[in-house]
Amino acid sequence: MAFDIAFWLLAIVSVVAALAVVTLRNIFRAALSLVLCFITVAGLYVTLSADFLAAVQILVYVGAISILLILGIMLTRDVQLGSPTNKLRFPAFLAAIVFFGTVAWAVLNTTWGISPQGPLEPTTATLAGKLFGENGYILTVEIAAVLLLAAILGAIVLVREK
Amino acid sequence: MLADFGFVGLFIIVAIAFSALLIILPVVFRYLKIVPYNPNPIKNATFECGMETIGRTWVQFNFRYYFYALIFLALDVLAVFLYPWAVELRQLGTSGFLGALVFIIVIVVGYLYAWQKKVLEWK
Repeated sequence: MAFDIAFWLLAIVSVVAALAVVTLRNIFRAALSLVLCFITVAGLYVTLSADFLAAVQILVYVGAISILLILGIMLTRDVQLGSPTNKLRFPAFLAAIVFFGTVAWAVLNTTWGISPQGPLEPTTATLAGKLFGENGYILTVEIAAVLLLAAILGAIVLVREK
Repeated sequence: MLADFGFVGLFIIVAIAFSALLIILPVVFRYLKIVPYNPNPIKNATFECGMETIGRTWVQFNFRYYFYALIFLALDVLAVFLYPWAVELRQLGTSGFLGALVFIIVIVVGYLYAWQKKVLEWK
């Protein structure tokens, strides 16, 4: 019962926050409501028994990506102008409707398999085994490290560019 | 596990209720005529560290901050990968340790490069 209330509360808040991101004129407020959307998505992960993923969502998205976004907004010159509408408003709306319709159709027409096994608790130790253990995905983890290295090098190039 | 997160949810609910109460309480008090309402320009002034703001309140940040945000993001993702390894440190043993070591070394190369190229210095 409490679980259902939590799910619907989180779902409604996340959808409202996501709508606020695209409808708010003030781009800074849009960024803040995106942060709210990230937080509620973390809550949805908790309701799905994905505790580590929820922590990662808070740490990376709410902690770092939002800082990146807000810094990006603070770097732009005409923050006060907000997000002015342009001629692409209607095509963008059409594309979004088509995308939403496709996704909704796919979700409604898929027969979802439900596992009889209960959720794993807590997930962190099992994830560690998968990432760093024997027969795990250690190569993928190292590739992720190379990706992060590329991101750092890209940031350096961005700063050094005169 | 869900019960543990229930406390987090309770904390968030209390935090929201407390914040809302602080905003609503003065309005209710004024409506009930418990507090007097005599506005003047000094009372209505925006308090910002005791100083009047000069010029626009929106300033354009230095571009260099973005670099630090990107570097911080990389460090954040590094922490995300290292946390599960640290939790299962003993069970994973030497192979897990070596894997994590390679992971850290690859990323430290980026930071050493940044240090060598002097992009961490503020000119």
